[in-house]
Amino acid sequence: MKKTMIASAFALSAAMMISAPSRADEPYFPIISKGFSHQFWQAVKSGAEEAAKADGVKISFEGPATEAMIDKQIDMLNAAIAKKPQGLGFAALDSKAEVPLLKKAADAKIPIVAFDSGVESDLPLTTCTTDNVKAAGAAADKMGEAVGGEGEIAAVIHDQTSATGIGRRDGFVNEIKAKFPNIKIVDLQYANDALKATEDVKAMLQAHPKIKGIFASNEGSAIGLVTAMKESKSKIVAIGYDSGKKQKDAILDGTLLGSITQNPVGIGKCVVDSLSKAIKGEKLPKVIDTGFYWYDKSNIADPKVAAVLYD
Amino acid sequence: MTEIALEQTHAPRSGIFTIAALQKAVAFVVLIALLLFFSFASENFMQWSNVVNILQATAVNGVLGVACTFVIVSAGIDLSVGTLMTFCAVMTGVVLTFWGLPMWAGILAALTTGALCGTTSGLIIAKLKIPPFIATLGMMLVLKGLALVISGVKPIYFNDTPNFSLISPDSSITNLFPNLEIPNGVFVMFTVAIVASIILNKSILGRYVFALGSNEEAARLSGVNVDFWKVVTYALGGFICGIAGLLISSRLNSAQPALGQGYELEAIAAVVIGGTSLSGGRGTILGTIIGAFIMSVLNNGLRIMSVEEQWQIVVSGIIIIIAVYVDNILRRKS
Repeated sequence: MKKTMIASAFALSAAMMISAPSRADEPYFPIISKGFSHQFWQAVKSGAEEAAKADGVKISFEGPATEAMIDKQIDMLNAAIAKKPQGLGFAALDSKAEVPLLKKAADAKIPIVAFDSGVESDLPLTTCTTDNVKAAGAAADKMGEAVGGEGEIAAVIHDQTSATGIGRRDGFVNEIKAKFPNIKIVDLQYANDALKATEDVKAMLQAHPKIKGIFASNEGSAIGLVTAMKESKSKIVAIGYDSGKKQKDAILDGTLLGSITQNPVGIGKCVVDSLSKAIKGEKLPKVIDTGFYWYDKSNIADPKVAAVLYD
Repeated sequence: MTEIALEQTHAPRSGIFTIAALQKAVAFVVLIALLLFFSFASENFMQWSNVVNILQATAVNGVLGVACTFVIVSAGIDLSVGTLMTFCAVMTGVVLTFWGLPMWAGILAALTTGALCGTTSGLIIAKLKIPPFIATLGMMLVLKGLALVISGVKPIYFNDTPNFSLISPDSSITNLFPNLEIPNGVFVMFTVAIVASIILNKSILGRYVFALGSNEEAARLSGVNVDFWKVVTYALGGFICGIAGLLISSRLNSAQPALGQGYELEAIAAVVIGGTSLSGGRGTILGTIIGAFIMSVLNNGLRIMSVEEQWQIVVSGIIIIIAVYVDNILRRKS
């Protein structure tokens, strides 16, 4: 009696083990992001989860602790490919370093959709991304107008090596140079956390008393910019990037003139929707621009804008 | 018997011509040299407003450095101070913003969280006999993860507790001297340093910290409850990290859960530059504070000269190596 029970338990569990993978009528898409703890990535994740529910697919979402940990991301990518998923969403920290792995996925006939920063290869079917250069250019236009087309300005950039850091820096700097010849960018610093950015901005204000405006290129550096301005009671023109509660509050109380937001929820949706289309054999455009918005006091409550902002 | 053994380990750190005092002087000379150099390099450096900037920029690292000093003098190491600071800040956020309790409860939350986590590290080291480097490395990761979990992977803001800014960025001294504006965080750092200095030099705990660091076996043989005092040392370090957590979250008006890793190395650098020996038994709080000032003067000065961040990092690294080299030379001479 006991023996039969044990035997049947074994048989049952064996049957379950065999049936588990073959029961995969729900397609599974692992999504490997560039980060996890930053709110931006949490917003991408929520968009992806929303689309997954709508499309009837299963996803997982993970990313390394900091954007410098390329090796950790490679481990995650390896593990994801080993699970033989039906599709793969991927935001490369270093696209060149990771192409061989993507090749492995492509050889296994796993469709790949890139997001955020592009992958320098033909392997991804499409890339869901913000045009960072264009978006930072829009911030530069607002800055140029607000300071009256002349004088000294500066910028705090969140990272000197990633595609978003480089894109936003160049987009901002080049637009200023091209459109506002009388504006001089007197300082450009890199800071990857809010406290470091605070000290950077305070030093900038100290070193260049005539400075009229500062641009901060992501959420952390914008928090630093706002903190530094409050501490030194500075009234310069300040422009941020991305969102978060502190930036939204600073726009409402007038410390920040405005900010550029990407559409992180839209990026997440785009990844899952594109993968769902890909496994049905639909053709995809090479790049899908998920867009950006300039937001300030006047339109921060606009439903279209409010929908892509996060706290 | 106990007294004699302790007197011997205690003796070399007093007196003007001891190694510790000499190295403190070296660090002080380096600090003055840096101040002079930057004053000549940029007219915007030596202004009152920038002096305040430097004081304020030193507060968090200075307090973390003090926490590390106790542990390092006892011949231990604490790699968890940065993420413990963040974890304490997050717990304050939970108490103030999630639960809506008054400010004293938030302060208490940071301090008890710090002391409890420090006690945990101490117990792991003393009772499980895991080397401090490994034990606190583990704690560093555990606390980093827990800070993210508890905060829900996003910053917690203190908008509902307007008085919270009293801890660091506000300037209460302006009420006494209307033209003087120094953020409260600076006074918090100096208070922590003075109290810590008294504890290290005048209290029983301080004596045992030196005894552990000089020769743990001798201390054990002379009847000191080594395990107990080790746990107390780490608990005190954790408590001080709680103060650092209050300083940083008050200044940023938010607990930033992703921040913290890397701060432990800056704190250890301040301790080492200040002449505290990594092998234990020798060190001062004043040295650590000077070390923290050297780091922040360096960062502030290079920023004011608009030196790129990558070069700022290189220069900081070189300064640390020089400081330890000087430490070695002086020790060999003794």
